[in-house]
Amino acid sequence: MNNPPHFKGFRPIGLPEENNPVVINFEEYEAIRLSDFEFNGHVEAAQIMGVSRPTYTRIYESARRKVAQAFVLGKAIVFEGGKVYFDSEWYSCNKCGCWFNHPEKGEDIRNCTLCGSTNIEQYNETILQSKTGDSCVCPKCGNEKVHSKETPCKDEICSVCNSQMVRKSTPHHQGVKNNNCK
Amino acid sequence: MKVAITSVGNSPDSRLDSRFGRCSYFVIYDTETAATEYIPNTNKENIEGCGPASVQFVASKGVRKIVSGEFGAKVKAISDSLQIQLIVLKDQEKSISEIIQMLNH
Repeated sequence: MNNPPHFKGFRPIGLPEENNPVVINFEEYEAIRLSDFEFNGHVEAAQIMGVSRPTYTRIYESARRKVAQAFVLGKAIVFEGGKVYFDSEWYSCNKCGCWFNHPEKGEDIRNCTLCGSTNIEQYNETILQSKTGDSCVCPKCGNEKVHSKETPCKDEICSVCNSQMVRKSTPHHQGVKNNNCK
Repeated sequence: MKVAITSVGNSPDSRLDSRFGRCSYFVIYDTETAATEYIPNTNKENIEGCGPASVQFVASKGVRKIVSGEFGAKVKAISDSLQIQLIVLKDQEKSISEIIQMLNH
């Protein structure tokens, strides 16, 4: 995501402050920005955001519904959270739930700087991909590669044995494995 | 090493302030001597630029890490150039003494 909003949200004029604002994720904000501010088509916008076209449409739909809800019901809008990737130097700790960055890039980080737990992860795209389980696998030699959203797995060629790859843990992959057994 | 924690009050039982630039107090904790210092935030009422002013202020105290609930857009660039680590803690129920305990892991 290129342009996070540089403010935290909106409030309706002339209404007492409410405690249940509409929470718009950053990806939903980005979807509205790409489609309705920069006038990209859904296909281009999906490519810019690195998601599939149907996923983009779903994000955009959800964003528009939230905006409409805020308008009609006079609710405040808050920009928060979502599965977005800003900066790979941020880490999150799974024990205390904090986030921290790492200005001295020379050395590796192994412990949470706050609670000392080793259960930390770098917040970047590869984690998101591994969480969604997207990887291409070669049915012949088992070589694996992180799936890129632009290229279908069947168009990927295995770098080891030059055969056509399939998506990992799909029914297709299971079927190929069973055929290999026979 | 010195750590700055944003606080809503000036006692160890006070809670973490969720805002960095407009927090009420900075707690400067020294991990080597275990000394704490409570400093009221003089930039709190500024119209703008509270974040950058606060980073400059805590940097002048020799702070290497800042714990807060949220950081504004201008803070990241300045703290990077001053080599100060930012720690975002979303749990705003934590008290200053609990955070100091966590830092002493």
